[in-house]
Amino acid sequence: MNTNAPQRRGVTAIDGALALIAVLLMVQIWLLSSTLEEFLAGRRDAATPGAIISCGIFLACLGLYLLIERVDAEVRKD
Amino acid sequence: MKLFRRPSSDPLWRDEFSVSTADERYVNRRQFAKFLTLTSLAMAAGNLWIAMRGWLYRQPAYPRNLVAGVDEIPVGGVKLFAYPEAQDTCILVRTPANTFAAYSQKCTHLSCAVYYSKESNRLECPCHQGVFAIADGAPVAGPPQRALPRILLEQKGSSLFAVGIDLGERA
Repeated sequence: MNTNAPQRRGVTAIDGALALIAVLLMVQIWLLSSTLEEFLAGRRDAATPGAIISCGIFLACLGLYLLIERVDAEVRKD
Repeated sequence: MKLFRRPSSDPLWRDEFSVSTADERYVNRRQFAKFLTLTSLAMAAGNLWIAMRGWLYRQPAYPRNLVAGVDEIPVGGVKLFAYPEAQDTCILVRTPANTFAAYSQKCTHLSCAVYYSKESNRLECPCHQGVFAIADGAPVAGPPQRALPRILLEQKGSSLFAVGIDLGERA
């Protein structure tokens, strides 16, 4: 019987969460650059929705980071 | 408290700095996740800063400056002037259609000075071959992605006045 199963599951969960954070970060980079481009072009309408979505993405990243911390702590405890 | 160093063959510095270089460079998943999350925070702060600039932006009150007399510029001729400040150079063109058009002279790519090409009836940037339409200042060729800011003109008798700037949506 594999005694490392919980650790393996934990690592897989952490890797998945990391991949999701990376994808969210790429979306956020695109959002920041396009919002800045619009702002410099004199179109300020996109700034507020851009900021709201960017903050939402950050909260999602924070949630995933806290999930990683929790999973990591649980796996180490086992 | 340990008063004496244990007898060992290792040099003293190895006891003092017991973390090896390889371990120092090791970044675990948690540290990497923390780094990515902080990067996300920085980008959210950047977006918020842009939004704040948008909220605090107030349309400036532009002065009404005399630019030129109507008869001063021949058809196809140009005149350079500064508006609204002395360092903001602009270009006034009397087009072949006998209309006046004025734009900021700073190319929206890398701020080189654009000039009027009478042959092609368009504004051209010599630095990177950016081209702007004379009708509305929109970029038509080259690297610029944004239109030239248009100087709003008002004709009073035989005089032309600059009364404002239109950043516009003429991408």
